[in-house]
Amino acid sequence: MLPRRIPWLTFAAPRNFHALVQALAPWLVRGAVVLAIAGLYTGFFVAPPDYQQGNSYRILFIHVPTAWMGMFLYLLMAMYAVIHLVWRIKMADVMARCLAPTGALMTFVALWTGALWGAPTWGTFWVWDARLTSTLVLLFLYLGYMALRSAVDDREKGGRAASLLALVGVVNVPIIYFSVEWWHTLHQGMSVTLTSAPSMAPSMFTALLLMTGACWLYCAAVTLRRAQVDVLEREADTQWVRDVVQRREVNGVSRPGAAVADESAAVREEGRS
Amino acid sequence: MTKRQKRLTLVVGVLAGLVIATALILNAFRDSMVFFVTPSEVMAMTELPERKFRIGGLVESGSVVRADDSAKVSFRVTDTARSVVVTYDGILPDLFREGQGVVAEGWIDTEGTFHADKVLARHDEEYMPAEAQAAIERAGHPPGAGQEY
Repeated sequence: MLPRRIPWLTFAAPRNFHALVQALAPWLVRGAVVLAIAGLYTGFFVAPPDYQQGNSYRILFIHVPTAWMGMFLYLLMAMYAVIHLVWRIKMADVMARCLAPTGALMTFVALWTGALWGAPTWGTFWVWDARLTSTLVLLFLYLGYMALRSAVDDREKGGRAASLLALVGVVNVPIIYFSVEWWHTLHQGMSVTLTSAPSMAPSMFTALLLMTGACWLYCAAVTLRRAQVDVLEREADTQWVRDVVQRREVNGVSRPGAAVADESAAVREEGRS
Repeated sequence: MTKRQKRLTLVVGVLAGLVIATALILNAFRDSMVFFVTPSEVMAMTELPERKFRIGGLVESGSVVRADDSAKVSFRVTDTARSVVVTYDGILPDLFREGQGVVAEGWIDTEGTFHADKVLARHDEEYMPAEAQAAIERAGHPPGAGQEY
């Protein structure tokens, strides 16, 4: 009922979503690999050592993109949670659920690399300053979201409770982001902001951007694939899933690419009729 | 109002309430949210804090004095307006440098000397190639001179 009137909701229909991911995911993965190779090369071989920190600053090429993704994915998850709570669109719940593990992973990597960076530069792995503590809270919010979902047997009820938690936790994101401006923290201020030039050398900034791009594409690919599996599971009893499985079996494993092409073409055809 | 509009209003209301509550809480705990206080804030204190606290700022250039026979070191922490003498007995972090940020944890005596039992280096958000730094030094502009806290 919805897809006809609002074009961007086309992919809220499970079948169309499946076809979209099938076509998109391989390209996202390839893009992530290419950007990561370029980013790591630039970060390790092109960017010069820092005037204070020498080579240890290079950990920022992992630390900063993952920290950004951790915050961004939470915002995205909260947005889907609101859509799920208000409009009761199932796909929004699926997306929120599938963002959580990746967001948790990103936040964990940011905390971990931060500790590894802190040891040689600050002289400590961990302090309870505003930036570090609020980031740890972010990790716990992700874990809490996942735990709450799996604690409730009824999928829809668990989903709604978890969505509410995701919504409540969103106040933490601006606290993380602005903590270094609002309070004295051990963590330094922002090097990269939207409003002013980055306070780092161009080659360092290029590496950071490449790694951020790689991180984005990786998260998109993994989240979409996870959502695709979730959709197939939920819709296991429907005719279109049976068709997908059958087409797979007919085409065999030797021609997976062809199966994908046939399938998305078929779905497009059905969409038109 | 349809059910959907009711839910939307509820969600917006919950979010608005949360934001206000969080803002009030953070405002109430403003003093305990800071990781360190600056020398000017220490000087403005009317009574000496009984508990340990942290002081932060820049290591004043030329103020570091190391003992010959032990790991004892003393230096001045400044926020460019006021400064406090800090003594420490231990190994300093690698990034501890004159003109760079530092955070010391400890207590202050009646003479105004800060006895640190932990010193952390605080680096700034500038990332610069080592060569560029050398060029700047040749031109006579030491790093960290323009920093503010």
